[in-house]
Amino acid sequence: MSINFDLTTIWAFIIAFAVFAYVVMDGFDLGIGILFPTFEVGPERDRAMNSIAPVWDGNETWLVLGGGGLFAAFPLAYALILPATYPLIIAMLLGLVFRGVAFEFRWRDPGHRRIWDAAFTGGSFVAAMAQGMTLGALLQGVTVTGRTYDGSWFDWFTPYTLLTGVGTVAGYALLGATWLVWKLDGESQRHARKLGKRAAWATFLLMGGVSLYNVTLNAQYAERWLSAPEIYYAAPVPILTGLVALALLRALSVERHSKPFWLSITLFFLGMAGLGVTMWPYIVPPDITIWDAAAPEKSQVFMLVGTAIIMPIIIAYTAWAYWVFRGKTEDEGYH
Amino acid sequence: MFDSLDALLLARIQFAFTVSFHFIFPAFSIGLASYLAVLEGLWLKTGKQLYLDLFKYWLKIFAIAFAMGVVSGIVMSYQFGTNWSVFSDITGPILGPLMAYEVLTAFFLEAGFLGVMLFGMNRVGKKLHFTATLMVAVGTFISAFWILSVNSWMHTPVGFTTGANGQLLPEASWFEIVFNPSFPYRLVHTVIAAYLTTAFVVGGVAAWHLLKDKTNGHARKMFSMAMWMAALVAPIQIFAGDMHGLNTMEHQPQKVMAMEGHYESHPEGAPLYLFGIPNDEEQRLDYAIGIPKLSSLILKHELDAPLAGLDTIPDEDQPPVLPVFFAFRVMVGIGFAMLGIGVWSMFARYRKKLYDWPWLHRAAVLMGPSGFVAVIAGWITTEVGRQPFTVYGVLRTAQSASPLDAPAVAASLIAFVVIYFAVFGAGTWYILRLMSHPPHLGEKGVKRTEKGPVRTAGITPGPTQNPGRGNEPLPDHEVAPAE
Ligand code: HDD
Ligand code: HEM
Ligand code: HEM
Repeated sequence: MSINFDLTTIWAFIIAFAVFAYVVMDGFDLGIGILFPTFEVGPERDRAMNSIAPVWDGNETWLVLGGGGLFAAFPLAYALILPATYPLIIAMLLGLVFRGVAFEFRWRDPGHRRIWDAAFTGGSFVAAMAQGMTLGALLQGVTVTGRTYDGSWFDWFTPYTLLTGVGTVAGYALLGATWLVWKLDGESQRHARKLGKRAAWATFLLMGGVSLYNVTLNAQYAERWLSAPEIYYAAPVPILTGLVALALLRALSVERHSKPFWLSITLFFLGMAGLGVTMWPYIVPPDITIWDAAAPEKSQVFMLVGTAIIMPIIIAYTAWAYWVFRGKTEDEGYH
Repeated sequence: MFDSLDALLLARIQFAFTVSFHFIFPAFSIGLASYLAVLEGLWLKTGKQLYLDLFKYWLKIFAIAFAMGVVSGIVMSYQFGTNWSVFSDITGPILGPLMAYEVLTAFFLEAGFLGVMLFGMNRVGKKLHFTATLMVAVGTFISAFWILSVNSWMHTPVGFTTGANGQLLPEASWFEIVFNPSFPYRLVHTVIAAYLTTAFVVGGVAAWHLLKDKTNGHARKMFSMAMWMAALVAPIQIFAGDMHGLNTMEHQPQKVMAMEGHYESHPEGAPLYLFGIPNDEEQRLDYAIGIPKLSSLILKHELDAPLAGLDTIPDEDQPPVLPVFFAFRVMVGIGFAMLGIGVWSMFARYRKKLYDWPWLHRAAVLMGPSGFVAVIAGWITTEVGRQPFTVYGVLRTAQSASPLDAPAVAASLIAFVVIYFAVFGAGTWYILRLMSHPPHLGEKGVKRTEKGPVRTAGITPGPTQNPGRGNEPLPDHEVAPAE
């Protein structure tokens, strides 16, 4: 499992970073959408919404970068994955339509606010589920002949993908709840803490379930996780995950504000690392490696120059935008 | 029940549907973002409350339009992979990087500063807020830049070779690829189109309120600004469109033949057909009404210049003439109507009747949505005229589609149609409702909370100025530090 740092590898890491950034950032938005029905109609809902209204668009842009980056750096992967998971992608896009417009529409039409709140929740849930199932569909393998997808259009629907889908919903709910622990206070914060604990347990169980299922999926995955010497590289991931899980439960029990959120992100980071160990170097398992799918060097170089210059700037102004809206989200109180 | 041809046709319909819906919003938000920047700039410079009111009035509308642009745009960025996977695989090495640059340089910029623009007025200070507005406006332009470069390359592909695996690989410099031959024309023409679209919406709304109350100072200001745009920019657009056509003539002659309805060649000067019904079967224009030799004059600047027709093009390389022919006439017709309004408004200014000429205002209301019709007509001309290719002369549409079964594409198409009409219909309704209220003193910004303190946000007067609208002020508060 040696990693040569060629351009293609660098691009694989950049795409992985974009996906990770998307998952944690839009993850907490979508998570709030998923948990939305449990919030009281009125100020509690409004505050939950307001805590993400200024940032959701930026968060979602990482999804465009993930998709666009894949199209640019690994066009073959883009051309295989999307037809293979066609109904999931369409469902995700339509889910995102509903939840995206709900941010504006619910304020513009108080008479139908319930409908747009339901659209917000439904859209968030469908998007999260579809994203998780897409990941599952990728891991379980995609049938490829030549340069085209050669499976049927329901290959993606299996018990395994259902499990990854539900796992993603739980994980996003955890991110959403811990974000609200940070951004809200008083009774709403206590409520978020309670939700956070439940979501945390659900996430641990499902993450564990998916991990166990994984090693039964194909020989490579089993070898990575279960035989020496690979296991020495892989072992730190589950061990650290366990430690982080414990710390997270503790942070949710004591009066912490931002810590649970950061620990949840760490949990997702470890999940992502585990995914990398499992899949490397395949981008469309079981046949297509990152090198098979890579764009030519000239394209990679052109984009890398831009990315190296622009990405730090993006991160800087994104951080600034979060900073502007820092602190507890309230609807009253002034200086 | 369906054969593969149907899957292809359905995929084309789906692309045309989703992209046309999407483009409605950019056409408006590119212009509106700039208009907002101008209004805020004028406010900062003059300190006049009126500009701030107008800024806040349009900001609420912008927020809705932008949200719809974003969600429909995200659909677009995945359309290439879902329905056109073969196209994606083949063109990815060239078009992928350009689209990635769009995300990096435009989408993040817009999205990153949008939150501050909408909600941050009381948190960051005026100058910084103005900067955020400018960044959003610049972002919309950069976005247009890249996506139009991508689109133009598909019309006038240059600088590539075909690789062993069938992919189109970049060969020449990226500069040559980005600035491909039709790009400068398309960029100019489309960005001006967006400005005109917005100007006519603003003018239409202003005229509507002037018809009800011609003393409304806010409406007067809007109307005057919009009419300056119409008078100055409509002629530029006609000129730019003409240049664009000459460029197309050079690179995609059969598109121009279809636009002109020239099935047959005219060795001694071609007529300009004003009307006719294209008949692809028989390869002729039925019921044609034309002005002799005018087309040669426009396209070749010479009355007797010979012009080739579609009879010189093999059947399998011809675009469908009917949509191109009519869409082109709709666009050009609206272009001249816009010019007409511009000229009329100049005359009204000269007669000092700009705010007091109901027929002018009625005409402006009628023309309010005309920009949207023109841009969609323009895109239909451009895109259908490129058929039967996706990458002109290189990759056929029939060879671009995903290996999908027709029912899958049909089901997703139905879902898009139903949901787009419902969701974007509701959004359009909300926009129209906002527009139906006259802009007034002490306009509120984008509202975030229903309850909350009845308190004036910064420079805005209190809610009594805005009775019965439930438009509470922005929550504005210093924040307790976390932890
Ligand atoms: C001339 C300009 C233009 C054209 C031809 C297109 N767009 Fe667009 N697009 C914009 C101008 C724009 C914009 C003005 O920049 C938008 C509108 C609202 C917004 O958020 O940005 C936008 C939004 C937008 C977004 C959401 C960005 C975000 O998250 O903020 C995506 C992913 C796309 N577009 C993708 C596309 C694709 C794949 C197109 C080609 C078929 C396309 N657009 C045509
Ligand atoms: C945003 C404004 C746009 C509009 C309104 C528009 C409109 C259309 C229409 C009407 C068609 C159908 C043509 C036909 O099948 O007869 C089409 C096809 C297509 N267009 Fe565009 N287009 C736009 C922008 C773009 C851009 C920016 C790109 C490239 C990045 C693009 C790429 C395509 C592709 C791939 C197809 C499908 C294949 C085809 O039928 O040619 N379009 N578009
Ligand atoms: C009367 C004057 C006009 C002329 C002569 C003209 C000419 C053209 C031509 C020849 C094309 C096709 C370019 C190609 O792909 O080969 C085009 C496309 C287009 N037109 Fe116009 N046009 C006019 C007015 C307008 C107006 C008023 C609008 C909108 C407000 C508009 C919006 C568009 C758009 C959005 C496109 C598609 C993008 C592009 O290819 O540039 N046009 N126009």
